[in-house]
Amino acid sequence: MTKIDNTTRYERLRERYMNGDIDRRSFLGLIGAAGAAYGLVTPYRALAQDVTQVRFDGWGGVVSEAFRKHAFDPYTAKTGIEVVDGTFGGGDEYLSRVKASQPGEYNIAHLSGVFDYARYAGLGLTSELNEANIPNLEYVIKKLVDVYRPITDGKISCVPYDYGTTGIAYNRKFISDEEMQEKGAKVLIDEAYKGKIAGWGDWRTRIWFGALQTGQDPNNASDMDAVWEAIRAHRDLSLKYWTSGAELMSLLAEEEIYVTEGWSGRIYALQEQGHDIGYMDPPNGYGWQECLFVLKGSPMEACEELLNFMLAPETSIAVAEGQNYPPALDPQKVELGAKIPTLPAFDPTGTLEGLTFADPTYWNGHEAEWSKTFGRVQKGY
Amino acid sequence: MPPIFTILIIYLLNENHLPKVPSNPNCLTATLRDILMSIEARERRQPWILLSPALTAITLLLFVPLLFIVVYSFWLRTATGADQSGFFLDNWREALSDPFYRDILLFTLKIAAITTLVCAVMGYPAAYFIARSRGNKAVLLLLLMLPFWISYIIRTMSWINILGVSGALNTFLIWTGVISEPIQMLYNQTTVILGLVHFLLPFMILNVFVSLDGIDVTLEDAATSLGATRWEAFVQVTLPLSLPGLAAGGLLCFVLAAGTYITPLVLGGPTDAMFANLVYEAIITQLNWPLGSALSLMLLAVLGLLVMIYNRYLGMAQLMKGLG
Repeated sequence: MTKIDNTTRYERLRERYMNGDIDRRSFLGLIGAAGAAYGLVTPYRALAQDVTQVRFDGWGGVVSEAFRKHAFDPYTAKTGIEVVDGTFGGGDEYLSRVKASQPGEYNIAHLSGVFDYARYAGLGLTSELNEANIPNLEYVIKKLVDVYRPITDGKISCVPYDYGTTGIAYNRKFISDEEMQEKGAKVLIDEAYKGKIAGWGDWRTRIWFGALQTGQDPNNASDMDAVWEAIRAHRDLSLKYWTSGAELMSLLAEEEIYVTEGWSGRIYALQEQGHDIGYMDPPNGYGWQECLFVLKGSPMEACEELLNFMLAPETSIAVAEGQNYPPALDPQKVELGAKIPTLPAFDPTGTLEGLTFADPTYWNGHEAEWSKTFGRVQKGY
Repeated sequence: MPPIFTILIIYLLNENHLPKVPSNPNCLTATLRDILMSIEARERRQPWILLSPALTAITLLLFVPLLFIVVYSFWLRTATGADQSGFFLDNWREALSDPFYRDILLFTLKIAAITTLVCAVMGYPAAYFIARSRGNKAVLLLLLMLPFWISYIIRTMSWINILGVSGALNTFLIWTGVISEPIQMLYNQTTVILGLVHFLLPFMILNVFVSLDGIDVTLEDAATSLGATRWEAFVQVTLPLSLPGLAAGGLLCFVLAAGTYITPLVLGGPTDAMFANLVYEAIITQLNWPLGSALSLMLLAVLGLLVMIYNRYLGMAQLMKGLG
C-alpha cells in the first residue's frame, strides 16, 4: 500500500467535496477530526513514527565529520529524514543534559563503555530495540552485543559501533619506544618528565591507570589508597588535565607535553598528520567499546532504520576509516578493507580476547564515591 | 508645566472623558478631586505597566529557576544518579562544613581580588587617556568594545597560541636569541589571571571612563592655578571624584571573575580550579544536582553580600551608568 501525506489526503478530500461526493457537513467534520487528531498527537510527536528528523549526539571533531559524511547525509538522501547532530565533551556532560530534557528531545547518542549503558539503565533512560528491524546487527561481533543484554533483561537499547583503547601516547622525539616498553604506565609518574605529562581529567581513566601504576587489577583494585597516591603523583607532575580529544591532540602536536594517555583513534589521526607520536597499550590497558544508544521516548522505527543504515558494512567501514577506531563488525564475517587492520586496537580474530574492558558492576558500584574523591584529589587534596 | 497638569488638561479636553458638569458647585469640586485622584492612581500604575514585560521575564527566567535551585539544594542524589526529593540538610551541611569547599572559595576570592586589582591598575590610565583625548574618543571607545565581538572562549583560547611552547611569544624569543629553549608559560595561576584580566579589563575601563568623563576638566586647571602640580591636581581632585567609577568597575570585575569557570578550565593547571568549576563538576561529572545547587547558592550568597555592601556605601547608580 502506498503511503500518502496529509496534503495529498486533504486535496483528495476537497476534490470529493467539490465534486459533490460528500456533503459539506461531512467534509468539515473530517477536517475537524484531522485537526483534533493533530492537536492530540503533537505533544507526543517524538513518539510518532512519521518523523522528519532524528537527533544524534556524538564526540565531535573528526568522529562527527566522519558520521556526517559517511552516514547521515547518505541516510537523509535515502530516507528524507534529517539527522540533527550535536556534540558533547564527555559522557557525564551528556547524561546531565539528557537528565534535564524531556523524553524524545534527545534520540541517539554515541556512548562509551558498558558502564555508561548501565548508568542510563539505572536512570530508566533505556529503550527497547526491535532487532528484527536492524538486520545488519548480524555482522556485529557477538561478544560486543551480549555484554549489554544482562543489564536490560536480555533486550538491547543500543548497537555496538566501534571499539578502541585508551593507551599511552608519547612524543618519540623525547621518549623512545624502548623506554616506553620498559616503563609502561609508570612513565606517567616519572619525575624526569615533570611538567611534560598530561592526562585525561576523567576519574575512571585516572583510577584505571593508577591501578596499573601500582600493579593492581584495574577491575578489582584492593589497595585504593595506593591508587589515590599514584593519582596524586601524576597530578603533581602534570601540566594539565585535558578535557577533549581536540585538546589532547593540540597538547601533543604543539609539544606542550611529551606523554599522556590518549584515545587510540585520536593518536592515529595525529600519526596520519605526520607527527612522530608513539602509541602503546600497556598490559591490562584500558579497552572500551562504543555504542549507538537509543534513548527512551525516541521514534523507534526511524532510529532503528538509522542504526541499520549505519551498521551496513560500507557505511560502518567508511565511518571507521574516518574516525580511526575499528568498527564493531566481525572481521570473520565482513571484509574490512586495507586501512582498518592497521588501526590501533584492531583485533583480526573478532574475539577481542586481548582487550580488557571495564567491569560495569565494579565501576558503577563505586561511581558516586570515586568521582567525588577524584574531584578533590584533582584539585590538590 | 508639571506633567500631571498636562495630563489633566488633555484628559479634560478629550470629549470622551469630559465629565458632566453638575449644577452644584460643591459637586464640581468633588468631581475634580476624583479626576485628580484617578490620574494620580494611573501615574502610580504606569511605571509598573511599563516594567511588567521586564519583570515577567526576570521572574520567569531568574527568580523561578532560582527557586528551583533552592528547592533542589535540599534534595539528595541517589546511587544511580537519580534525585530523591524531600527536605534534607546534608548538602548544606557538607557545603558549609567541609574545608575543601571553603579553601576553594577563598582561593576563588583571592584570584578575583588580584584580577580586580590588576584591572584597576591597568584600566585607570587607559580610561583617563580616553576621557581626556580630543576628537578620537569615539574611535577609542569603539576599539575598546571590539573584543566583545569575539567569543569569550575564543579570546581565552587565543592565549594558547600566544604563550604556548610553539606559540608566538616563544617563537619570537627564540628567533631573537633571547632564549634557546621554549619557556613553559601556560597552565598556571598567572595565566588564569591573565585570561581574566583580558576578559574583564574593558568593563573596568568603561566604568572609570564614565566617571572621568563626567568630571569638569577645568577643575584640574583651577587646582593648578592655585599652585598645585599636575600630579597633585590629579591625586587631590580627579582621583577622588572618579573613585565611584573605579569602585563600580571593581565590583563588576570581582563578581564576574569569581563566577568564571571557563578561564581556569582552559588556561589553568590541575590545581587552579575555581569555585564555579566545583559547581560544574558536581552537576555535570558527578550528576549531583542537589549538591551543585547548594554550592551555587553558596557562591551567590557570598557575591550577593559583596554587592549589598557596595550598594550600602556607594549605591548602584554608578554601576548602572557604567553598564549603560
